[in-house]
Amino acid sequence: MSDILRGYDLACIRGEKPVFSNLEFELPPGQALILSGTNGSGKSSLLKIIAGLLPAQRGRISFFDENILGDQDWISHNICYLAHKNSLKAEMTVAENLAFWAALDQYDGDIREKAVKVGIDHCLDLPVCYLSSGQARRAALARVLCHPGEFWLLDEPTVGLDSKGVRLLADLMADHLDKGGRILAATHIELGLDPAKTTTLNMLDYTFSAHEAFHELFQEPWEEDFQC
Amino acid sequence: MLKLGFLIIVRDLRLSMRHGSSTTMVVSFFIIVVTMFPFAVGPEQEILRKISLGVIWVAALLSSMLSLDSMFQSDYEDGSLDQFVLSPAPLELVVLAKFIAHWLSSSLPLILVAPLLGILMNLPERGYVPLIVTMVLGTPALSFIGGIGASLTVTLRRGGVLLSLLILPLYIPVLIFAVLAANAVIDGDPVMDHVLLLSGFTLFSAAIAPWAAAAAIRAGLE
Repeated sequence: MSDILRGYDLACIRGEKPVFSNLEFELPPGQALILSGTNGSGKSSLLKIIAGLLPAQRGRISFFDENILGDQDWISHNICYLAHKNSLKAEMTVAENLAFWAALDQYDGDIREKAVKVGIDHCLDLPVCYLSSGQARRAALARVLCHPGEFWLLDEPTVGLDSKGVRLLADLMADHLDKGGRILAATHIELGLDPAKTTTLNMLDYTFSAHEAFHELFQEPWEEDFQC
Repeated sequence: MLKLGFLIIVRDLRLSMRHGSSTTMVVSFFIIVVTMFPFAVGPEQEILRKISLGVIWVAALLSSMLSLDSMFQSDYEDGSLDQFVLSPAPLELVVLAKFIAHWLSSSLPLILVAPLLGILMNLPERGYVPLIVTMVLGTPALSFIGGIGASLTVTLRRGGVLLSLLILPLYIPVLIFAVLAANAVIDGDPVMDHVLLLSGFTLFSAAIAPWAAAAAIRAGLE
């Protein structure tokens, strides 16, 4: 039994294009895993795989000796996923948006307090379509705070944020780690998190470049018998 | 669990009210299409009386389809659909709630204005109650079957036309039995068979649509 979230031998193919393979990671409680790598190296894909939105070609992710890959029930109660898009309805006010997602994710804390934390409490009653992109991103971060899940999967969380917003995000992440939460974040920006609590996973180490490896992954078991 | 479904219905209704255009557009389209028939076939009362039910039903089918492609589209575009998949509410419940919201926002208004169009089309006096009853029984099937189509085409950027081609043929049973039932009442013929078949079709679509649509969305997001 182990409370470390471990990924084993993960491989991902988008379309026909292999993205990464043999990817392994470890995420103990109170730690952050920063995914780095160039565009297209599979950071978003890895987050989507963990969130169960994308099937992995191979591999598994274990938590307390159980494979949680694609386990919708476990994922829905433990994982909070912030995508590129903010998942906020332009026609509804910030408060309505946050209240809706909080109710759906079964969070029963104070939403206003979280809005104060990300600094958008003054536009709670504004429809999202009137917000600037930075403000909308902050509202999306407030949604993350209003999620009871222990695991945060953040895909480019700093997009649209000003330098103050980036510092705020770093503080929120540090806060979450202090409370024993875990974070997987794909980002290019140095957030200044405590180095003792941060591991960096360079996606380029797992790029699927070798041609043979590609064939190995696609090879059906019966094909092996026919090879010279 | 039911509370979550209710939440989603309220949210979708609120969105369609704020958005404004969708319900108004559907109802206006319905009225305009029906209004065109007296112009096209001439003002002979006997002809209008004969085709009234069929015209109103066909117009209702077409107009309820107008708002279908927005059922999942905007949620897909702003990332809400991902969050629905990740939320503790089962996706089947989410899509069922969205079907119900679609029915409330685009079929219920049609049922409310249909009697007015009945006057326009010289619908016999005995035909009003059957028209409303068949619409209440039949239009939910339009939202359910249409919802399957909407979930299949959600990832296509211009899926609107494909969506119509996909689901209009599936609307035919609803059309046949609804018009048969209502006409049977007007002509004084036995009506129960048609009503039962119509209700059966609606219940059947209600039973399969949430699962089919949820599966289509999961597959589409990959």
